[in-house]
Amino acid sequence: MIPGRFDYYRPSSAQEAVALLAKLGEDARPLAGGHSLIPVMKTRLAAPEHLIDLGGIADLRGVKVEGDTVVIGAMTTQHDLLTSKVIAEHLPIIPETSALIADPQIRYLGTLGGNVANGDPGNDMPALMMCLDATFTVLGAGGERTIKAREFYLGTYYTALETGEIVTSIRIKAMSKATGYAYEKLKRKVGDYATAAAAVVLSVSGGKCTSAAIGLTNVAETPLLAEDAAAALVGSSLDKVAIDKAVAAAEAITNPAHDARGTPQYRTKMAGVMLRRAIARAMTRAHG
Amino acid sequence: MNDMTPTREERAEKLQGMGCRRKRVEDIRFTQGKGQYVDDIKLPGMLFGDFVRSPYAHARIKHIDKSKALAMKGVIAVLTAEDLKPVKLDWMPTLAGDVQMVLADGKVLFQNQEVAFVIAEDRYIASDACELVEVEYEALEVLVDPFKALAPNAPELREDLRGKTEGAHGKRIHHNHIFNWQVGDKAATDAAISNGEVTIKEMISYHRTHPCPLETCQALASMDKIKGELTLWGTFQAPHVVRTVASLLSGIPEAKIHVIAPDIGGGFGNKVGVYPGYVCAIVGSIVLGKPVKWVEDRMENLTATSFARDYHMTTEISATKEGKVTGLKVHILADHGAFDACADPSKWPAGFANIVTGSYDFPVAHLEVDGVYTNKAPGGVAYRCSFRVTEAAYCIERAMDILAQKLGMDPADLRMKNFIQPQQFPYQSALGWEYDSGDYPTALKKGMETINYRALREEQKAKQEAFKRGETREIMGIGVSFFTEIVGAGPSRNCDILGVGMFDSAEIRVHPTGSIIARMGTKSQGQAHETTYAQIIATELGIEADKIMIEEGNTDTAPYGLGTYGSRSTPVAGAATAMAARKIRAKAQMIAAHLLEVSDYDVEWDIDRFRVKGLPEKFKTMTEIAWAAYNNVPEGMEPGLEAVNYYDPPNMTYPFGAYICVMDIDVDTGVAKTRRFYALDDCGTRINPMVIEGQVHGGCTEGFAIAMGQEIRYDEMGNCVTGSLMDFFLPTAVETPHWETDFTVTPSPHHPIGAKGVGESPNVGSVPAFSNAVNDAFAFLNAGHIQMPHDAWRTWEVAERLGLHD
Ligand SMILES: Cc1cc2nc3c(=O)[nH]c(=O)nc-3n(C[C@H](O)[C@H](O)[C@H](O)COP(=O)(O)OP(=O)(O)OC[C@H]3O[C@@H](n4cnc5c(N)ncnc54)[C@H](O)[C@@H]3O)c2cc1C
Repeated sequence: MIPGRFDYYRPSSAQEAVALLAKLGEDARPLAGGHSLIPVMKTRLAAPEHLIDLGGIADLRGVKVEGDTVVIGAMTTQHDLLTSKVIAEHLPIIPETSALIADPQIRYLGTLGGNVANGDPGNDMPALMMCLDATFTVLGAGGERTIKAREFYLGTYYTALETGEIVTSIRIKAMSKATGYAYEKLKRKVGDYATAAAAVVLSVSGGKCTSAAIGLTNVAETPLLAEDAAAALVGSSLDKVAIDKAVAAAEAITNPAHDARGTPQYRTKMAGVMLRRAIARAMTRAHG
Repeated sequence: MNDMTPTREERAEKLQGMGCRRKRVEDIRFTQGKGQYVDDIKLPGMLFGDFVRSPYAHARIKHIDKSKALAMKGVIAVLTAEDLKPVKLDWMPTLAGDVQMVLADGKVLFQNQEVAFVIAEDRYIASDACELVEVEYEALEVLVDPFKALAPNAPELREDLRGKTEGAHGKRIHHNHIFNWQVGDKAATDAAISNGEVTIKEMISYHRTHPCPLETCQALASMDKIKGELTLWGTFQAPHVVRTVASLLSGIPEAKIHVIAPDIGGGFGNKVGVYPGYVCAIVGSIVLGKPVKWVEDRMENLTATSFARDYHMTTEISATKEGKVTGLKVHILADHGAFDACADPSKWPAGFANIVTGSYDFPVAHLEVDGVYTNKAPGGVAYRCSFRVTEAAYCIERAMDILAQKLGMDPADLRMKNFIQPQQFPYQSALGWEYDSGDYPTALKKGMETINYRALREEQKAKQEAFKRGETREIMGIGVSFFTEIVGAGPSRNCDILGVGMFDSAEIRVHPTGSIIARMGTKSQGQAHETTYAQIIATELGIEADKIMIEEGNTDTAPYGLGTYGSRSTPVAGAATAMAARKIRAKAQMIAAHLLEVSDYDVEWDIDRFRVKGLPEKFKTMTEIAWAAYNNVPEGMEPGLEAVNYYDPPNMTYPFGAYICVMDIDVDTGVAKTRRFYALDDCGTRINPMVIEGQVHGGCTEGFAIAMGQEIRYDEMGNCVTGSLMDFFLPTAVETPHWETDFTVTPSPHHPIGAKGVGESPNVGSVPAFSNAVNDAFAFLNAGHIQMPHDAWRTWEVAERLGLHD
């Protein structure tokens, strides 16, 4: 539980941070809230020689609205998300999810940027970001580009970020008031990662489901966008047959690890149960 | 007397003596972060030690190269078994009569076993240098499953024991066999079982888990080479025994070893034994002449020091058709890991597992225990329990439920029918114990009435019907547990640790102004000794508890005692405290009579004073007497007012309790919600009800964790897969159920104040209540016995097996 040696930097601008990362190369890592990075450093599963703390960059923290899009700075903490009026109004599924992440102490420090950039399928935000079709703005020494959340996750701890790039903000289209939503998470205790979790966003019109998106957390090497499952709902009246079909389609794409949370079979089934419960709750919230 | 004169009640209340809900005095420093733990102690020039540990569960060590580590700046020394051989500390004795490697000697026997000890100028350097020690291993076949340990072709783990057919506890029948231990009448029991009208047989496992105190194990050794004195601070539940062992192993006279256990952040049995880290810190300091500190991290604590349980109990009960039990037969397969490092009284290889007849009047019984080695961490400590009592209580309480189901009887009724009756005490059990006192029917009846047991059974029946009709996906379980513990080890005629009788002690000194310092041979790890011992003295001597200081843990100042575990502090040191106080009161009586100019027999005790019989206005308070003890004692009497007592208890004490758990299980997720948990404890005389309730809350929380998912689990390669708090279930306040506490009072007839000890009862009693609740929920579906732990996925698998998801 004692990390290896490292040097610490605290740049005051994103440009400065990426310049440092470019200069220091593979052995440098950005540090956000530290609640994923520091534990792996303490167990020496990671031993970066340089830590570039993004905490001193004021521009990276905060929530604003640009037209129909909510822009969240990468260094915005889970606590910020839980208390932001803008988020509560336009993206209420985010605080519902944040509240299920870790515990209050961790949420004071843990950031949205760190959560989505970490690349751990146990993180809750990535599947939600895929479900909400978020776009990540990333900055590297070579300039800025955007990456869709749905194209970001390539493997466990393996994302579309290039070495030296940082996520600067997350852009998400505001949800309409009529949208139904829910995040259901099964966990053993406060501070536990999901046994399985499901994010559901759906719209209903004239008794029929007109659109749906489903994300699944911690049931494969990456967060999952359950496209077939969502397709099974669209056009249906969200009846038992459609929901059974969606659940089966979601279960079909999972590939969870066997760990202390349970066997792969159990965790797959729990993805199904969480999805079923999330759909049920989303339905009660959807208008139209 | 005037209006200002306090009444007797007011005088008694002011003392904050026995029965008072006195606030825990130690919490003033604990809640302000001002406790003083081992890791808070910093000495000039202090060095740090850290371990190189084995990644393998079973491997031969081909070669260790420490040159790179030694070359690192700030590294002072790297110890291996070869370095410990000249001082004969490469192996050390365990409390269970086995020997244990201090550092791996030729091979490793469990994952994370200590291989080398790096000593460096600071913690970070020590940790970095550990990575530079190069160890070449040759992997060997791994033995994880205790049921395969005695197979003819099982790999041989303990080559050091090759050819040894006699162990510390009799014959060894196989290279992985440690001992066989039997109690009771085998022939009569076999006859009862084969003639039983109704019989049950079930293998009931109590899985491996870990005490996991928040503060891990740690030590700081400081050898003064000039004086030839060793000071050792450590997380020791039994500091005096540690000093004796340290003296025997090092050859340093006991008087020149100063063992100090400062504040301890929880022990639960984890801090009774002696670990390689302590030995290496001592050796390091002796060799280098500098203080050496060793602090274990969480993963080391979970994977290397002292697991608990891992008992596999094949249990048979015979009974009449009407449900009267006629015999009990239990065979236990005990998995001790790589070394038998059980912390039991020396003559008891399976602790007091022969309390397995529980609260029931079994005419005959037989218990047999076989201990085996596996490639897992060594131990078998008593995790908040008195030496395997937890395992025994779980075994009988689960088995009684299984029997009730077979008989078609209500489990509470079956218990009621078989209880040892109040008039049978003192009761001789079929397995050799003399139960001191109890009133079981009253306790269970009170519990059932309080929780409205019959109505809950009605509700359960209705819910089962609704479940069968598909109206709900929830099933309801009611878990009954009626435990009897055996604590307060113990009488020196049958209890010793490495030859030292298990008495305990108290030394009380009354100062001229009437304040008191008292020291005991025990050591609190959070049990509030500073609060409760003072309450005993307050009542016995009529001095306010707030004027009484309690001190423990310093072997230079405290009288010798065997320490705190096995709920022994109140039964043994608490008794010594009362006895020492009574010696002081006897002397005080003579001083009072002298001051009042009457004969000793003409004065009588009255709360906080001696008064002249028949003349209540003529009295001397204890404070006045204390002053006189230093300047005006009767002719020929020694001045001063102090006493010591070494108390060798005549018997153990037998606390008991009725616990009832009401649970709702979601069959789709396997998630179990505890709706109510009722805990009635009878621990005899209650010294501080609030402290008792706190102990019950804590112990029930541990029991909840153990029953519902806390485990130390290994994969087939012997890798520990639950070695961090991410996987090892330690519940938070959010998951923890609400505890409803209650009590009856049946004093111990042989204890000076009638107290029995309560610290461990809730862990012992709650585990079967939780497990029985889960089993009870599924009983109407004929699920059969469901093994612990009952975490959600395993419970879901039961539902899956029963076809509840189709
Ligand atoms: C006990 C415990 C329980 C937890 N439970 C949960 C849970 O249930 N659900 C959950 O989702 N999380 C959980 N977490 C993780 C927590 O939410 C972390 O805060 C989060 O995963 C990472 O965010 P961070 O700001 O702490 O990032 P850090 O730990 O600082 O960084 C994480 C990784 O992302 C990289 N990184 C950080 N910021 C950026 C950036 N802007 N651009 C590029 N790379 C970046 C870092 O280099 C590092 O590799 C838990 C953590 C703990 C300790």
